[in-house]
Amino acid sequence: MKVFVNATIVAALGVFFALGANNVIAQEQTTLEKVKERGQVNCGVGTGLAGFALPDANGDWQGLDADYCRALAAAIFDGDATKVKFVALTAKDRFAAIQAGQVDLLARTTTWTMSRDTANGLNFRVINFFDGQGFLVREDSGITSAKELDGASICLTQGSTAEQNTSDYFRANGMTYNPVTFATSSETVKAYENARCDSYSNDSSALYGERQRMADPAAHIVLPDIISREPLAIGTLQGDDQWMDITSWLHYAMLTAEANGVTRANVDSLLTSENPEIRRLLGVEGDVGTLLGLSKDWAYNAIKAVGNYGEVFDRNLGSGSSLNISRNQNALWKDGGLQYAPPMR
Amino acid sequence: MSVKSDWPHHQRKRFSLGGFLWQGALIVAVLLVIGGAAWNAANGLARQGIASGFGFLNNTAGFDISQHLIDYSAVSTYGQAFLVGLLNTLVVSVIAIPLATILGFIIGIMRRSDNWLLSRVAAGYVELFRNTPLLLQLLFWYNAVLVSLPSKVSESLHIGDVVYLNRRGLSLPQPVLGTQIAAPLVALGISVVLALLLRAWAIRRHRETGRDFPAFLIGAAIVCGLPLIASLLTQQMTGVTAVSFDLPQPGRFGVTGGWQMLPEFVALLLGLIIYTAASIAEVVRSGLSAVSKGQFEASHALHLSPVLVLRLVVVPQAIRIIIPPLTNQYLNLVKNSSLAVAIGYPDLVQVFAGTVLNQTGQAVEVVLMTMGVYLTISLITSAAMNYYNEHVKLVER
Repeated sequence: MKVFVNATIVAALGVFFALGANNVIAQEQTTLEKVKERGQVNCGVGTGLAGFALPDANGDWQGLDADYCRALAAAIFDGDATKVKFVALTAKDRFAAIQAGQVDLLARTTTWTMSRDTANGLNFRVINFFDGQGFLVREDSGITSAKELDGASICLTQGSTAEQNTSDYFRANGMTYNPVTFATSSETVKAYENARCDSYSNDSSALYGERQRMADPAAHIVLPDIISREPLAIGTLQGDDQWMDITSWLHYAMLTAEANGVTRANVDSLLTSENPEIRRLLGVEGDVGTLLGLSKDWAYNAIKAVGNYGEVFDRNLGSGSSLNISRNQNALWKDGGLQYAPPMR
Repeated sequence: MSVKSDWPHHQRKRFSLGGFLWQGALIVAVLLVIGGAAWNAANGLARQGIASGFGFLNNTAGFDISQHLIDYSAVSTYGQAFLVGLLNTLVVSVIAIPLATILGFIIGIMRRSDNWLLSRVAAGYVELFRNTPLLLQLLFWYNAVLVSLPSKVSESLHIGDVVYLNRRGLSLPQPVLGTQIAAPLVALGISVVLALLLRAWAIRRHRETGRDFPAFLIGAAIVCGLPLIASLLTQQMTGVTAVSFDLPQPGRFGVTGGWQMLPEFVALLLGLIIYTAASIAEVVRSGLSAVSKGQFEASHALHLSPVLVLRLVVVPQAIRIIIPPLTNQYLNLVKNSSLAVAIGYPDLVQVFAGTVLNQTGQAVEVVLMTMGVYLTISLITSAAMNYYNEHVKLVER
């Protein structure tokens, strides 16, 4: 009996001190140090959305968010874009996952909202896709505008901004609706396909992506109404400014590359370019990389791995993909879009 | 007679200082671990800038819930969303428990039947539903129910203009109490009292004379009849209907008005009842098997009918064995109702530990509250069943 009690107390005290010790380590180690020590970036992506993050036939993740994660791995691990672990998170579980340290960042079609920025303890700075919420309906329903949806049943995914936006929209227009909410987007889409709902509402890019995976995509139409602003941003945990700098400047570097015509194909030949902005971007001149805690050629490595923002967009969402979404708001600032990069100097 | 006084002297407990100290040290250590974990969590949350505390319960929720038994809209608070989820969990459990018990008793008794077909059907039922995961069963019921129903409102299955069934759910007429309701309510009260008195009288007469009286049937007739007569009289005198019905109206997207039953609710209820009944059937069968064969033979010898053998002799003895494992099944049912999250029924876990947790980001508080609710429901159920167990258990003299 005494031996048992003794062992229990030792174990209990052990756990207690381990908790305390853990706490101290967590305070001292930065995310970058943890990532380097681990040898890979844990990237929180969606559970499968065409154009953003979806495993292909070989099980490789494809999409705008997946390529962002690869670019980040390449920037940190000297050009090795394979050092990334994709962690599929439902909309509902994503914040708990990053708070608990299960993932280092969210590249997960996460709308930047004020409450997520504050109460959830997250930081957002770069928006890798400007989106808005829309409605998908069956073509044979004869519905042509969201204003005709008074009294309709709407399928929604839990934990998405869509739940609150839909409520706001119907309230503002004096209409009623019946929400039918599910934990994952695949359950939501299945319920819509089973005609449980008249409409499926989500970010419009997601509607196009999901429609493509339906049995008969031509039987469904996306209504022209966009009822919200959905800036899909890269999320990191508050309190690690260096990590937020790395994740945001990676996006800016990919924009700067596009603006200067630096592509995956010509990046090697441009190392000898005389253009000062290209020279700074590729680490030939200046030292912005080491200020981030990375190597001088971090941006070169990222571009070499996945290409510039325009290339990534076209390949996954734009003309090079079956989704064929136009750039619109996601065009560069000089083409009248909202994708804007501060100067890299 | 006290058992303790029979203990030999050397087995009696002695006060030991060493043991006392060790126990004290163990308690302190456990408290330290719990305190340390709480401190660590609070510290971690503060460091990451994550909100904490229960103030969020007063904030506006901003989302809608498909089934709410109390007034709720997007402008209600998270605290009200919590209540909506809690009531949705309770309503499905409260309806499912008696129905699962009835079905389970029927199947359990069927399994012990001498009729080969009946006992095989019951055995097949138990094996099928007890040996497949509940989650799969729920998904099956949900999708089977949905797909087999008409998708368009205009093609709804309907009984006249009062009951409609389609993929949006089942719509029934909803009784609406009128203004002149006092007289029928008084009549209802009086009729209940009358029925109870009748029952007491019937029991006493049976004990004294051995003659039976159909007290239940006549009592039911009184309880139904008196308020009906009272409301008809009121209607005659005042011209106002005591109870009117809100009828469902088919619209463009669905049926509105009346009393709506969501397909998610039906699927969850069906799944819970059918799954739990399979386990209850086994509990009932084991209870019946535990009653000695002589009891059956003796009651047959008295020429009691099979129903009376069960009602008067076997079940009262079996119930003592059945109750403790039956309590477990009830607790399982309540906890299993949280699988609602998979089929979109807005129960506590779906609404509160789902949407509210996600919107507020306050995982610790939300999960603690949710756990507290299930713990409370389970402890109350347990306590009620233990009370009943005490009531029916064999009094040893």
